[in-house]
Amino acid sequence: MNTEIYKESPVVHQPAFIDGHSVEIPILKILQQDGSVYDGAELPEIDQDHAVKIYKALAFHRVLDERMVAAQRQGRISFYMAALGEEAASVGGAAGLKPQDMIMAQYREQGALIYRGFSLEDFMNQMFSNEKDLGKGRQMPIHYGSNELNYMTISSPLGTQIPQASGYAYGQKLQGKDAVTICYFGEGAASEGDFHAGLNMAAVHQAPVIFFCRNNGYAISTPSDEQYVGNGIASRGVGYGIKTIRIDGNDILAVVKAVQFAREYALKENKPMIIEAMSYRLGAHSTSDDPSGYRTREEEAKWQAHDPILRMKNWMLAQSWWDEEQETALFESLREQVLAAVKVAEKIDKPPVEDLVTDVYDQVPAHLQAQLDSLKTHIKKYPDSYPFTAGRIK
Amino acid sequence: MAQMNLLQAINNALDIAMAENDSTLCFGEDVGHFGGVFRATSGLQEKYGKARCFNTPLVEQGIIGFANGLAAQGSRPVAEIQFADYIFPAFDQIVNESAKFRYRSGNEFNVGQLTIRTPYGGGIAGGLYHSQSPEAYFAHTPGLKLVVPRNPYQAKGLLLASIRDDNPVVFFEPKRLYRASVGEVPEEDYQLPLGKAEVMQQGSDITLLAWGAQLEIVEKAAELAANDGISCEIIDLRTILPWDVETVANSVLKTGRLVISQEAPLTAGFASEIAATVQSECFLHLESPIARVCGMDTPYPLALEKEYVADHLKIYEAIKQSVNY
Ligand SMILES: Cc1ncc(C[n+]2csc(CCOP(=O)(O)OP(=O)(O)O)c2C)c(N)n1
Repeated sequence: MNTEIYKESPVVHQPAFIDGHSVEIPILKILQQDGSVYDGAELPEIDQDHAVKIYKALAFHRVLDERMVAAQRQGRISFYMAALGEEAASVGGAAGLKPQDMIMAQYREQGALIYRGFSLEDFMNQMFSNEKDLGKGRQMPIHYGSNELNYMTISSPLGTQIPQASGYAYGQKLQGKDAVTICYFGEGAASEGDFHAGLNMAAVHQAPVIFFCRNNGYAISTPSDEQYVGNGIASRGVGYGIKTIRIDGNDILAVVKAVQFAREYALKENKPMIIEAMSYRLGAHSTSDDPSGYRTREEEAKWQAHDPILRMKNWMLAQSWWDEEQETALFESLREQVLAAVKVAEKIDKPPVEDLVTDVYDQVPAHLQAQLDSLKTHIKKYPDSYPFTAGRIK
Repeated sequence: MAQMNLLQAINNALDIAMAENDSTLCFGEDVGHFGGVFRATSGLQEKYGKARCFNTPLVEQGIIGFANGLAAQGSRPVAEIQFADYIFPAFDQIVNESAKFRYRSGNEFNVGQLTIRTPYGGGIAGGLYHSQSPEAYFAHTPGLKLVVPRNPYQAKGLLLASIRDDNPVVFFEPKRLYRASVGEVPEEDYQLPLGKAEVMQQGSDITLLAWGAQLEIVEKAAELAANDGISCEIIDLRTILPWDVETVANSVLKTGRLVISQEAPLTAGFASEIAATVQSECFLHLESPIARVCGMDTPYPLALEKEYVADHLKIYEAIKQSVNY
């Protein structure tokens, strides 16, 4: 037993308590809403090209969300989850990493995938669950994944990716890869047992994983003060002996800075790090949710004033890296592209009926082949009742 | 009588249970002020206060562990798991703790007052993580009761019986029918018996057995069969555990044929258990093999849901095969 650790405690002879709230955690802010940089703030490594790439990803994200929420209302897709007001967390996270780093996301991080270069067509094919969807039309909209882009396919059960990220990163370390894993989750998901298991595993086994908590104030209708007591999620990192930082999640420069640091630290020290990005979920939880049932318009309006995209734009303008003409042209062209892509994706066929039984195992076992065969015979008998597949059965 | 949808019937049952007993509590993710993502607990926090109807942190193992503690202490917790797909993080607390509390302590302690409510099943374009019917996992665990209502009237009567039952009950609510199923529901208190199946329709040629949302589909199949002159007896199992062998066996003794349909995959589903038991109870009276019409042995898909599910046409085909065997 390592008794050394006890030596660090100062000895007292009257009860001395530590209050659960007493951990003081500073918050990193670099960029102000008007686009100016705080005095003494240190910028991340960023040049004009990189900044423009980041800004374009943010704009794409905003337009995609706006258009797909509308598409859902028109009944064109069944479901959507926007990240309105917290796009900087995911886009900035990916921007602070290298392409070989693994991203394990929760579901509100399509910004990272946009930054990595997932094509508009790929987004659409997933949301329309057509036969070109990389996930073969099996999951609900927004459950993206891409092996090529090192973006692990999303799973709906919350928190399950957290211990997996620790394991993934541990494997990267053992194989001597120049790569880390970033793991995104919400402050709600941080209540799950998997969160605690994942942090402890990573800390004890020294895995180069960056835990990235998007603290956006709500888990569906549950406000964070009914989610946890104490100083946010960051204080949990402290408890697990993990290097911890809290940042303004709507400040993209702070996000990039923290992630760049975390990557270097995780690789060099072979240790996890936790980042808590403070933000606000400006939109509904999903298209199935109505936030007017649990929060006020005033509260939302307050956060509109912290728009992370506008903040970055202001900074870009101040640097003379961007102008209003480029701005208008970018948003117009994005809107057109998204609308056109919707029209293409919704006309593509559903996956073939054979896709029902593949990927359950590496090979289709006999019992599933038999179930498929009898399904095909059945569909041929009632072709009108299975319009997506009947005409295509050989 | 009032017209209620399934959600309103559940809400009404919870209201009655909370009014009659101060120690009855309702909690789960988003269950408090918002009334749950499906609104099953609407208005209960306003009426009974934050101490008795509340949001929990997002941790299913915590919800059920907490509920086990409450029940052991003598309270009557009605815990909600937001989707049956997310009951698995709480699996240990349910199958190792709730189910075994009484047995392992020689009845020194029990959590019989616990009820777990959870929306289950497909048909809502939910894909593999919002469509599962996991009843069979729990049916393999002695010590739990499993209940599945098919409509608002059943939901209210069975939920009240589940809350008052002195065993831990997992109550699966067919979410596809939450708003779609509307019917007459008495406003006053009533209970339907647990462990008792209901013969919904008398028939002479074949017995059709199902539970929950699947009955709507079975009824459709029976209508098609009726056009062919086949008389179907339809039974709603209502309680999966302990299940009503007598009602089912008596029906099969009469008709000589049985088709069981479940939403869940075929292999090791509860339909398999029923088939084995009926086969031994009714062997000499069977005119054809017992048929199971189930989901396929794959996760529940999104795009090909129509092909995947045990729909009325597949059941109709099974009925004809059985009758023409
Ligand atoms: C294990 C599990 N339980 C419940 C759910 C249902 N659910 C989906 S999202 C959500 C809220 C998540 O909140 P948070 O982690 O804070 O992320 P945010 O949506 O705010 O981005 C819940 C309860 C789920 N997907 N998985």
